[in-house]
Amino acid sequence: MNLDYLILALKNLKHRGIRSWLTLLGIFIGVTAVVSLIGLGAGLQAAVGAQFGISSTQVISVQAGGVNAFGAPGSGAANKLQMDDVDAINGLSNVELAIPRIISPASFEFRDIVSFGNVVSIPNGEGRRFAYDAMDLEVMSGRMLKNGDTNNVVLGYNFWGDEETYGERIVPGKNVLIQGEKFKVVGILEKKGSLLVDNMVFMNEEPLRDLMNYGDDVDLIAVKVRGEDLMDRTKEDIEKLMRQRRDVDAGEEDFDVSTPEAMMETVNQVLGGVQAFIVIIASISILVGALGIVNTMTTSVLERRKEIGIMKAIGGTNGQVFMQFFFESGMLGLLGGLVGVVLGTIISTAGILGINNFIGGDLSPSFDFVLIGGALAGSFVIGAVAGIVPAMQAAKQNPVEALRG
Amino acid sequence: MKKVEGKEVIRLRNVSKHYPMGSFVVKALSHLEFKVYEGEFVAIMGPSGSGKSTAMNLVGSLDIPTHGTVYLDGEDISKFSESDLAQVRGKRIGFIFQSFNLIPNLTVKENVMLPMMFQGTSLEERGEKAEVLLKLVELHDRMDHYPGEISGGQMQRVAIARSLANDPEVILADEPTGNLDTKTGAIVMEFLEKLNKEGKTIIMVTHDPDLAEKYADVVYWLLDGKLDKVTKRVGKRFVNITRHGKKGDKGKKK
Repeated sequence: MNLDYLILALKNLKHRGIRSWLTLLGIFIGVTAVVSLIGLGAGLQAAVGAQFGISSTQVISVQAGGVNAFGAPGSGAANKLQMDDVDAINGLSNVELAIPRIISPASFEFRDIVSFGNVVSIPNGEGRRFAYDAMDLEVMSGRMLKNGDTNNVVLGYNFWGDEETYGERIVPGKNVLIQGEKFKVVGILEKKGSLLVDNMVFMNEEPLRDLMNYGDDVDLIAVKVRGEDLMDRTKEDIEKLMRQRRDVDAGEEDFDVSTPEAMMETVNQVLGGVQAFIVIIASISILVGALGIVNTMTTSVLERRKEIGIMKAIGGTNGQVFMQFFFESGMLGLLGGLVGVVLGTIISTAGILGINNFIGGDLSPSFDFVLIGGALAGSFVIGAVAGIVPAMQAAKQNPVEALRG
Repeated sequence: MKKVEGKEVIRLRNVSKHYPMGSFVVKALSHLEFKVYEGEFVAIMGPSGSGKSTAMNLVGSLDIPTHGTVYLDGEDISKFSESDLAQVRGKRIGFIFQSFNLIPNLTVKENVMLPMMFQGTSLEERGEKAEVLLKLVELHDRMDHYPGEISGGQMQRVAIARSLANDPEVILADEPTGNLDTKTGAIVMEFLEKLNKEGKTIIMVTHDPDLAEKYADVVYWLLDGKLDKVTKRVGKRFVNITRHGKKGDKGKKK
């Protein structure tokens, strides 16, 4: 029986003018926003995460100066970490490997064009593989640094990709000046999509210490833990150890120990705010769409008075007339939702492809059928609810007056 | 045309219909007595403003009277709820309107199926019945056309098919030829006449006395909201059989 009303509703919608379709704009914009937003969710997270240089590898980072230090990690701290700290952390039982990292601002010169960036150290020995893994580094052309590379550097993607700044692509084999010293480029890294990593210069630790007069200072200690489930406990161990070594009380730490989860949480908080904002806009849009449906259905009831009169004359009860307009309104909402789902899916797919291109990732667009089904059911319900009052108006028409048109 | 007076299908007993119109009341119909027996072809005749549309609405139980009682198959229609009345109306009365009143968004076949949908008939049965009825009015080759794609005469034949959808006892035709030329009007009337011969009760509202006397057995003549006279076919002539009531007396004096 209800199927009859559905068919009838579809037939009536087919004959609707463009005016009715325009009122659906609100619904479809709202649904588009929600579907594309949720579809993009994972991709957005990865993209923003990449911006902050957060890798998926389970690494604990230790740096001096606390979380609010600006600039490169550890750079603003008065009481820098030392090589001794690295050794001490390496002595903890759950720590597989702790490596020192130096991140130093330096001048960079190529073809007489000078710019400033960060030079990052790569440790010798077994720490080298870990450093590459932790930052997920791979060369696009040339080779990675090896032990004993004293006058060689590997550059981030942008030195190759940003042709405009230096007038030509910097390729392996070229010489560049760092802090006035000549270095040979041996490799270019693959694109990371992170402004931090893509603009970095990588150098072996020893030459960098010499170049920048670093002594025993360390900007950051990257710690590899023996198992993922040991992350939190090891983090606490390191905090305890560092408090002892630096002689500070809990709560007054002048250093920061962070896990990727914690950093990702911050990212998610930001993303959550953005998503909430978009959801609010989508809700307003859907509300406007619902009011549009109320409007178009009310007009429709007035325009089709005669039709209502005919239906009542040939035996349509109030309930049956109500059902027809109710379903029609619901279908109107559903169609708006359908357009929104299609458009939202296209946008999220395109967005994911764009993010892949940007961060060099291989995320695949996800189609959440529960989400799609929910969006469609939701738009039907919104349409139907918006149609209740107009449908009631239709149902209570007096047949004699309605027949007069 | 010999017809045995059968079951009383519709009866209006001392029915009046008043409409409030600003500060005064328009008496559209006063003290109407009206009876239709099964199988009769009755015409309600009158010029415009005579109250015949009001009479039709009451006879078709589209409206309920201000005073008096309308009986449909012996039941007082004012006792029904609005929706029950719609159901009863849909089952027992088939409407044919001057302006055809087909639903433009539905095909010819779907229009004929609609009254059956309101009665809860299954989709298959509706489809089969609609095809049979459209064959009856010789329009089965236009089944999938929309009302806008067929002529006025054809639309009225669709309306006839639609009026028959639920096998009603009564067909109520309001100026069925009013929007048609003489020739197509005659074709429509032939269908109605044929239905009457097959036993359907037909009530036709018209302003055309020739049409009324050509097809009807009994003609109710309305004038200024009152029953002026009732004539009945006896052989080839119509004789006045007005049942004299209070108002009838006045009519006679004129």
